Amino acid sequence: MIRDITLGQYYPARSVIHQLDPRVKLVTTMIFIVSLFVAKGVTGYAIATVFLITVIRMSKVPFRFMTKGLKAILMILMLTVVFNLFLIDGDYELWRFGFLRITDKGLKTAVFMAVRLVYLILGSSIMTLTTTPNDLTDGLERLLGPFKKIHVPVHEIAMMMSIALRFIPILLEETDKIMKAQIARGADFETGNLIQKAKAMVPLLVPLFISAFRRANDLAMAMEARCYHGGDGRTKMKPLHYERRDRIAYAVVWSYLLLMIGAGWAASFYGIMLL
Amino acid sequence: MSIKIKDVNYIYAEGTAYEIHALKDVNLEIPDGQFVGLIGHTGSGKSTLVQHLNGLIRATGGRIYYDDRDIYGENFSMKELRSQVGLVFQYPEHQLFEVDVLTDVCFGPKNLGYTREEAEQKAREALRMVGLGEEYEKRSPFELSGGQKRRVAIAGVLAMEPRVLILDEPTAGLDPRGRDEILDQIELLQKERGITVVLVSHSMEDVARYVDRIIVMNHGEVRFDGTPREVFRHYRELEEIGLAAPQMTYLMQGLKEKGADVDTDATTIEEAADAIVHWLKNGQE
Repeated sequence: MIRDITLGQYYPARSVIHQLDPRVKLVTTMIFIVSLFVAKGVTGYAIATVFLITVIRMSKVPFRFMTKGLKAILMILMLTVVFNLFLIDGDYELWRFGFLRITDKGLKTAVFMAVRLVYLILGSSIMTLTTTPNDLTDGLERLLGPFKKIHVPVHEIAMMMSIALRFIPILLEETDKIMKAQIARGADFETGNLIQKAKAMVPLLVPLFISAFRRANDLAMAMEARCYHGGDGRTKMKPLHYERRDRIAYAVVWSYLLLMIGAGWAASFYGIMLL
Repeated sequence: MSIKIKDVNYIYAEGTAYEIHALKDVNLEIPDGQFVGLIGHTGSGKSTLVQHLNGLIRATGGRIYYDDRDIYGENFSMKELRSQVGLVFQYPEHQLFEVDVLTDVCFGPKNLGYTREEAEQKAREALRMVGLGEEYEKRSPFELSGGQKRRVAIAGVLAMEPRVLILDEPTAGLDPRGRDEILDQIELLQKERGITVVLVSHSMEDVARYVDRIIVMNHGEVRFDGTPREVFRHYRELEEIGLAAPQMTYLMQGLKEKGADVDTDATTIEEAADAIVHWLKNGQE
């Protein structure tokens, strides 16, 4: 149940995507997200689909593993679809039942919104699934490097992020363990109304918080014991540097974005926006 | 309330890169009232196995019978199983959450549907059994020492009055004195109430003194199963899988090699002393 959350989880495999520089993957994810908002009409989404599927194939991460992350947003997804479907006013009415009505525009927006949300999650899952938390933070720190000049605590932000990411699986495991321990003592997390369910969470949440604080304390102590004092003068054992494949990846990604913008522009210019 | 485990297999995260075959064709039968030691190295599958016994993990293959009833059968109530098979997890003190010790111990019996008075009575009884007196009842569980917290957590399971008590590494992280106290109390409890106890451990030394039977797990398989004496005869094989026989086994084997005709089956200090005295008195003519 709780293991279904794949957010922030690394999937070990040997693939080109895994070997890419984390900066490339961060930038690519950002560009992909931007491209989803730039996309107009079927052509745009078709290009995005091809791009996404190619990257998923190249990453060698089983597709099943990625869709697990989608379960978490299923509720939001359904709400979005329902609201868009029934509340958007369009030109043609497709279906009507009492006060409920579906219009062409509503249907179109609902479908595109759903696709956009799913792609957003898939796109960012690929990044976290193929990049270890350490690499991810290194990449982020380097990308945000210029902001150090205006006194943004880039290193601290990166360190906090890396710790947060590192703790997700630990806390999940801990939750699983405490849940099992309380179930063994007859706790029931599944049945009952909302208030009963909320009450049933107390035996889970209290030990979980205590354990989170205990772990935080231990980690702080371990870091201090190893003379950690922030980012000043700290060097890396494996500094990041771009390889040929990273440059190729950048070229591919930027051309993808241009293609998306071009497709959107052409579509609105010639009016060949399907649907 | 015997437990029968038939051809149980458990595969963790099947079909992903994290796939682990945690249990391989495990067959066991644990009769009523037995004191069993389940021993294995870290990752040998012993914790996974015990979580099957009260239905927290569902086997990916095979059947488990509790009292001759299939626990995966349609009419079987897992809740009832969990009230009969009490499981104390590793570091159970991490599951405490209530404002005072008594209320925390009451959590189990209350979940079973007992009234407040009944639950408190069972909780007091359980606290007494783990050696915590009335003065602890109103204290916060978080201000107790590590060993005391663990007793409270064990009492939390005992208060449900299980017929089978499973303890996963109950002595991990305790000092020798705390360890002996807890194990002595478990032994007393087992004799007093006649319940079945399964003690999971990686230390032969701990277990040898108390149990009737030892089951050794390695890589998800049952490697040895028998009385401590029978199992410790395989001390060389035990070493190969990263476990050690009790120190007394080595001492007696050493004496034997030097030509002393002692009983090498002695596993505790007391037995070894008797065996050596016996040899000094009789065996030397």
